[in-house]
Amino acid sequence: MKCDFCEKKATVFLTQLVEGQMKKVCLCDSCAKERGVTDPTGFSLADLLLGGLPGGPGTAAAGKSPAKPGNGRKCVTCDFTLDDLKRVRRFGCSDCYATFAEEVSQMVRGMHKGTTHIGKVPEGLMAQQFRAQRIEELRSRLDQAIISESYEEAAGIRDEIRNLDELKI
Amino acid sequence: MMRFSTLIKHPADWMTGGQGEHGAVLTSRIRLARNLRSHPFPGWAKRDQRAAALDLMRPAVEALAPMKGAFSHELGDLTSVQKQVLVERHLISREHAARGDGSAAVIERRQSFSLMLNEEDHLRMQAIRPGLQLTAAYNALSELDTELESSLEFAFDPTLGYLTTCPTNLGTGLRASAMLHLPGLVLSDQIGQVLQAVNKIGLAVRGLYGEGTESLGNLYQISNQSTLGESEETIIRRLERVISQVSNHEQNAREKLLEDDPEMVADKIGRAYGTLRHAHIIDSKEALNHLSLLRLGGTLGFFSPETVMLCDTLLMDIQPAHLQMHSSRKLTAEERDSIRAEIVRSRLLSLESPDNRVLAKHETITPDPSNLSDA
Repeated sequence: MKCDFCEKKATVFLTQLVEGQMKKVCLCDSCAKERGVTDPTGFSLADLLLGGLPGGPGTAAAGKSPAKPGNGRKCVTCDFTLDDLKRVRRFGCSDCYATFAEEVSQMVRGMHKGTTHIGKVPEGLMAQQFRAQRIEELRSRLDQAIISESYEEAAGIRDEIRNLDELKI
Repeated sequence: MMRFSTLIKHPADWMTGGQGEHGAVLTSRIRLARNLRSHPFPGWAKRDQRAAALDLMRPAVEALAPMKGAFSHELGDLTSVQKQVLVERHLISREHAARGDGSAAVIERRQSFSLMLNEEDHLRMQAIRPGLQLTAAYNALSELDTELESSLEFAFDPTLGYLTTCPTNLGTGLRASAMLHLPGLVLSDQIGQVLQAVNKIGLAVRGLYGEGTESLGNLYQISNQSTLGESEETIIRRLERVISQVSNHEQNAREKLLEDDPEMVADKIGRAYGTLRHAHIIDSKEALNHLSLLRLGGTLGFFSPETVMLCDTLLMDIQPAHLQMHSSRKLTAEERDSIRAEIVRSRLLSLESPDNRVLAKHETITPDPSNLSDA
């Protein structure tokens, strides 16, 4: 994955909730340092995003509806708040892990032997991810085919996408 | 559906299974924590949300091939004594027993698998096996887990692994543990040292009933703490290695005790035998400690080898809720102590007094024909 600011390989990945929206930013080492991302106390993704990213990346919204502003951070799926997290040191639902990604990485550090999962992955999920990837690939080929007016090929690709789509759980 | 009495009537497979060469490892347990995606975790869910999660999970769990004809009940349908009996058998957690409607326990007929629905996590699955069999237990449980994936969507993140209510279980969601009987290390005063070493490599040591319980009857549980950053295989392999090392230390300690201080060993085992055979009032702690010595005697040859299994079954049967179930009424502490003594006496009725020829074998280092002919 490339850095959102330059063409270098991204090594720092950030997810933060800004005004109820989940924002993701990928940075390379030097861009991260330059923007003070490595200092956890003084960093806000909002500033980074408002600072203007080329092509406006990080706008992938995971939340369905933005939380009320001024309420502190809150999980859009289950209404779990940052205060709840501080109180019980547990989470409200699986989506809280994205909502409170920053707190998660702080909590997890030193708690386990590592910070990245190694081991079993749900088989269904792997297949699903693989399928999603394949569909994406096919879609771009379909676009290409339409642009180049190869309609026969396009129809074939369209059928293939349809078949894969039907397999979805 | 299986009734409570049917489930509990027989000792679990893992209580009567092979005791290994010297019986230091009683059981191996594997627990996996799983949660449903986009459903609030049980502790945060509202009543109807918890019920919805349960309605989703319960049919899926009951449909698993090994769970055919399983014991499956909502906790609200069980009495507090029944729940406590399940805790004493390690089939549900103390936390789970405190729950009522909206939470359920699904337990395989032979008690080798038990699944807690809406515990701290949506699903806490457990496999128990006798002796040191963590890998076998994991493989069996992982198969159930994989089968469940086809009907339930588990919360999973590529970086954090399986997502759990508490971040201490993130990643694999795996807790592997073994129950060890370590009287040799206790009697030779080496237990502190050994447990400290175990702790140092990041493994947890607990008493008979998990977190915050004291060690009774020289029983200890060793388990992993870290669940993220290492594969299931790595975690289990390390644990198995450490447990067999502890188990070897225990074996050496027992042999050395017999060599260095045979009178002390014989005295302790003999007194335990006398007390258990003849006591009329005995509390749980005293009974467990004497049973521990009786069990030790069984592994050292003072009693027949079957004594070990007898002790392991008694270990369960003299627990407070088991006693209440046995007499099918509420008992005062005094009544419990009397009934406990009665049960122990009746079970040990045919147990012969300690065979002290074991001592002779250890006293004579140089071969002595008169002793050998006896052996």
